[in-house]
Amino acid sequence: MFSINQGWRYSVLDFIRKTGRTGLDYSSSVGRSGLFLLRAISGLPLSLDGLSLLATQIYKVGVLSLIIIVVSGLFIGMVLGLQGYNILIDYGSEQAVGQMVALTLVRELGPVVTALLFAGRAGSALTAEIGLMKATEQLSSMEMMGVDPLRRVIAPRLWAGFISMPILAIIFSSVGIFGGMLVSVDWLGVFEGAFWSNMQSSVDFSEDILNGLIKAVVFGLVCSWIAVFQGYDLVPTSEGIGIATTKTVVYSSLSVLSLDFLLTAVMFGGI
Amino acid sequence: MKGIGSVEPYIEVQKISFLRGHRSIFNDLDLSIPKGKVTAIMGPSGIGKTTLLKLIGGQIKPSSGRVLIDGVDLNTLKRRELFEARAKMGMLFQSGALFSDLSVFENIAFPLRAHTKLPEDMIRDVVLMKLHAVGLRGAWDMMPSELSGGMTRRVALARAIALDPELIMYDEPFAGQDPIAMGVLVQLIRLLNDALGLTSVLVSHDIAEALSICDHAIIIADGRVIGAGSPAELKRNDSPLVKQFVNGLPDGPVPFHYPAGDYRMDLLG
Repeated sequence: MFSINQGWRYSVLDFIRKTGRTGLDYSSSVGRSGLFLLRAISGLPLSLDGLSLLATQIYKVGVLSLIIIVVSGLFIGMVLGLQGYNILIDYGSEQAVGQMVALTLVRELGPVVTALLFAGRAGSALTAEIGLMKATEQLSSMEMMGVDPLRRVIAPRLWAGFISMPILAIIFSSVGIFGGMLVSVDWLGVFEGAFWSNMQSSVDFSEDILNGLIKAVVFGLVCSWIAVFQGYDLVPTSEGIGIATTKTVVYSSLSVLSLDFLLTAVMFGGI
Repeated sequence: MKGIGSVEPYIEVQKISFLRGHRSIFNDLDLSIPKGKVTAIMGPSGIGKTTLLKLIGGQIKPSSGRVLIDGVDLNTLKRRELFEARAKMGMLFQSGALFSDLSVFENIAFPLRAHTKLPEDMIRDVVLMKLHAVGLRGAWDMMPSELSGGMTRRVALARAIALDPELIMYDEPFAGQDPIAMGVLVQLIRLLNDALGLTSVLVSHDIAEALSICDHAIIIADGRVIGAGSPAELKRNDSPLVKQFVNGLPDGPVPFHYPAGDYRMDLLG
C-alpha cells in the first residue's frame, strides 16, 4: 500500500487531522450543552401539569436515592468518629471529635460524597432512561406530536436533580453527625455535652453550613446537567447508551472533585 | 413534477442536499407529494428514506434547499411555531415509539392533552373513537409492553391520527409484520386516508404492499429520484434501475457485490 516514507507522513497527517476533529467535536459539544442547559432551565412548564411532572421526577431522583444516601452517611459519620477519636486522644482533646465530624461533613464530605453517590445512583439512571427514550424514538415521536421534549422530558428531570441534591446533602450530613455521635459518645465514651457544645460553638452558619449548601447546589446543577445532556446527546444504540452512562459517572465525578477544590479555595482559602 | 398530474402538491422538496458526516445522502433532490393521496417513497435500504421523513417533519435541517409543507418552509419557523405546525402532522415510527411509561389510553390522550383544552370526558370519547378505528378499543388499559408488534403499530397509528392531522407519514409500516397484521395495516392506511381526507406519505421497501395501496410512487436511489408516477406507470418504466427495483432482481445496476478488489487476487494473494 504505502511505502515507509509515505506511511510515516500519512500517520502524522492523520494524527493532526484527528486532533483537529476531536477539538472541533469537543467545542461543538460544549456549545450545544450550554444552549441545551439554558433552554432546559427556562423550559419548565409552570402549570399544574408541569409541577406534577416535577414532583414525579423529584420522587424518582431524590426520594429513591435516600437509602444509599442515609446508609453511606451513617457509615462515613461512624468512621469519622472512630478515626477522629483515635487521633484526638493522643492530644487529650477527644472532646473535640464532635467539632471535627461536623465540620468535615458540612464543609466537604456532605456535598462531595452526596454528589458522587448522586451521579452514580440518579445520574446514570437519568442518562439511561433518556437515552432509551431516544433510541426507541420516543423523543422523536414527541417532537413530531408538537411537544417539545426539552420542556416535557428534560426540564423536569434537570430541575428535580437540582432541587434534590442540596436536600440530600443536608440529610447526608445530619445522618453522618448522628453516626459520629453513635461511635464517639455511645461507644467510645466521649462526654455528650462536650460533643454537642464543641460542635455548636465551632460550626458557623454562614461560613460552614451556607458554603456547604452552595457547594451542594453547584454540584446538583452540574451532575443533573451532565446526566440529562449525555442522555439527550448520545448515539441511539445500545452501545451508545452504555458509553453515555459511563461518561455521566466519570464526567460528574471529575467535575465535582475539581469544582470542589475551586470552591474550597474561594470559600475557605483566603483568596 | 412528472407524474402528479393536475393535483396540487402538499409537500414540495426543492433542491435538498443533506450530508451525514462526510457522506452525501441527498444531492439536489427534488420531489412533490400530491395532496389527498397516498404516496409511497421507495428505494433500497440505507438511501435515507427515514432521513427524508425527518427533513419533511423539520426534525433535521438540510444543508441546502428547502421543504415546503402546504407552502410553508418549516425551517424558517421559530421553535415554538414549529411545534405548533407539527400538530397538523402525524407520524408513525417504525418501532411505534409508544411512551413506555403510559398506558395505551394515555398514549393516545397525550397529544390531545398537549394541544387542546378538551374536558376529560371528551378526551375519553375521542381516544375510544380513535382506538375503535384501529380495532383496539378493547386494549385501552394495556401497557405498551403487553402489546404485540402489530398491535403496537396500530396503537401508534391511533395516536398519530388523534389530532386529525392533514398529513400522516409512515416509516416502514410493514417491516417485520406477519401477513395478517400487514393486511390490516394496508387496509387501515388506505381507509384512513380516504375517510379523513389526509395526505399520506409512506416510506417502504415492501414494493408489492406499497404499490398495492399507493396512488403515486417515487423511487429514490443514489440520492436522487429515479422514477415517479402511478404504480402502473412505474411498472411500465424502461429504466433498468427502476426495473430492477420494481421486480426485485438480485443483480442489475445495483450490483450484488459490494465494491471489492479482484476476487482471484484476494484468495491467491
